[in-house]
Amino acid sequence: MSTDMAASTRPAERANFAGRLAGWASKARPFLSIPIVLGLWEGIIVFFAVEPFVFPAPTAIAVALVNGLFGGSYISGLQVTLTEIGAGFALGSVTGLGLGILLVSVPMLNRVVFPWVVAIQTVPKVAIAPLMVVWFGFGIQSKILIVALTCLFPVLVNTIAGLRSTDPDRVALVRALCGSRWQLLRYVHLPSALPYIFAGLNTAIVFAVIGAIVGEFVGARSGIGVLILQANYNLDLAAVFALLTLIAIVGVLLNIAVRFIERKICFWNARSSS
Amino acid sequence: MSCAIEFSQVGLVYPAAGGAVEAVREVSFSVADGEFIAIIGPSGCGKSSLLKLALGLEGASAGAIRIAGREVVGPRPDVGVVFQSPVLLPWRTILQNVLLPADILRLERVAAEKTARELLELAGLGGFENKYPFELSGGMQQRAGIVRALLHDPRVLLMDEPFAALDALTRETMSLELQRIWTERRKTILFVTHNISEAVLLADRIVVMSARPGRVAAELVNAAPRPRTIEWLGDPQSAALARSIRAHLDRASAVQPLSRKS
Repeated sequence: MSTDMAASTRPAERANFAGRLAGWASKARPFLSIPIVLGLWEGIIVFFAVEPFVFPAPTAIAVALVNGLFGGSYISGLQVTLTEIGAGFALGSVTGLGLGILLVSVPMLNRVVFPWVVAIQTVPKVAIAPLMVVWFGFGIQSKILIVALTCLFPVLVNTIAGLRSTDPDRVALVRALCGSRWQLLRYVHLPSALPYIFAGLNTAIVFAVIGAIVGEFVGARSGIGVLILQANYNLDLAAVFALLTLIAIVGVLLNIAVRFIERKICFWNARSSS
Repeated sequence: MSCAIEFSQVGLVYPAAGGAVEAVREVSFSVADGEFIAIIGPSGCGKSSLLKLALGLEGASAGAIRIAGREVVGPRPDVGVVFQSPVLLPWRTILQNVLLPADILRLERVAAEKTARELLELAGLGGFENKYPFELSGGMQQRAGIVRALLHDPRVLLMDEPFAALDALTRETMSLELQRIWTERRKTILFVTHNISEAVLLADRIVVMSARPGRVAAELVNAAPRPRTIEWLGDPQSAALARSIRAHLDRASAVQPLSRKS
């Protein structure tokens, strides 16, 4: 009887292992194209003997990335850019959230301010970057403000949309319990708006990276944007590609971080919609 | 018995595009303390509007509503409400949802939590305190909604078609549950429904409303002893009552030939 059981569990285990392997394979599939593309790229550069100042090979980019990271210049640049992104994102998001709550709570204010919000929103924020540098200098402040400005609008617009989309029954429930306006906001409107607010934050974090780099292009003493410009002047395209790779990785990681926090805070939203 | 709710000559007119809509006209009836009243009527007869008025979420265009002798001028803490959907907040556990009135009315926390746990037990939700609403069935969610309405021990419970969104079997179970909870916690209940057997099963008195503008077409007394069962609905006594409600409803909706289906 025991041998029977052993015989019956083994194929099950094997099927389980095969299943897990298939699971990994399907998860890994999107990344499978990466080595193929890199290999082709390297092959073409070597085969046609393309000069590195025209188009660098992946291996040259990798070497530049490692040198830059261990040489320290990329790390200090990354610190500056990340500070700009972090501070600007925080400043812009909090302002957007606060302004959104204010505009929804005070209809009078909304009528006066909202046309301005729409007008300013249509201006590409990167076009304001030179102004910020004139007003706030080449230091980190002007970049933080540019990032904050680019982050402000997606958060603001989504906060307003979220606060306005609250289920009227939830509002009636709290009002019937003699809830104050503050309690209505705290217990119903704000939590109901959270999925919208996070949609705004997801957009904002991507904008923040763009804002920081563009701001550094316009005028800065340090940061990844400055390093990209310097490498570009020196026709060190391998370094340019290395820095672009670095900033792309930063962008993806920041986006994943925001989504992770969203899943933790809005757990009820993900589950009820799935 | 004293008077818990009193509607006197209540009228409600909504402003609307293309003239005002009269939802309710000259509605007068009163509910005794501890009485279970069902309001039944064709859809759009303003029965839900009556509840909104009693809740103080809307103001009457004419007449007045008094609860416990005081005129309703706005929301008040001696009234509890159950909506058609459970309206649970998905980010709160069942216990936290039930404790929402305690948060809003700033009730003493320890006592409120004790009451909440007792009520959840009474409603058959013991053990589900830390589950989230989406982990519960529709019937269980609605039970939690009823428990929440009872938490701050309101004098009056207003229920707006609370079982309308549930399937027929769950609906029967829930009606019996409500009867049981009501016998234990003796509240004055104003129960809006469009289901005749639900009204017959639960109510001490049934107010039949006519089609828009809603008026009181009839008041029927149901003195059958409790607890009533689903089987009892087949008895001649309850069947006669149901027939009588049906007749009044037919007459009430006959005023508007367009809404009649044959």
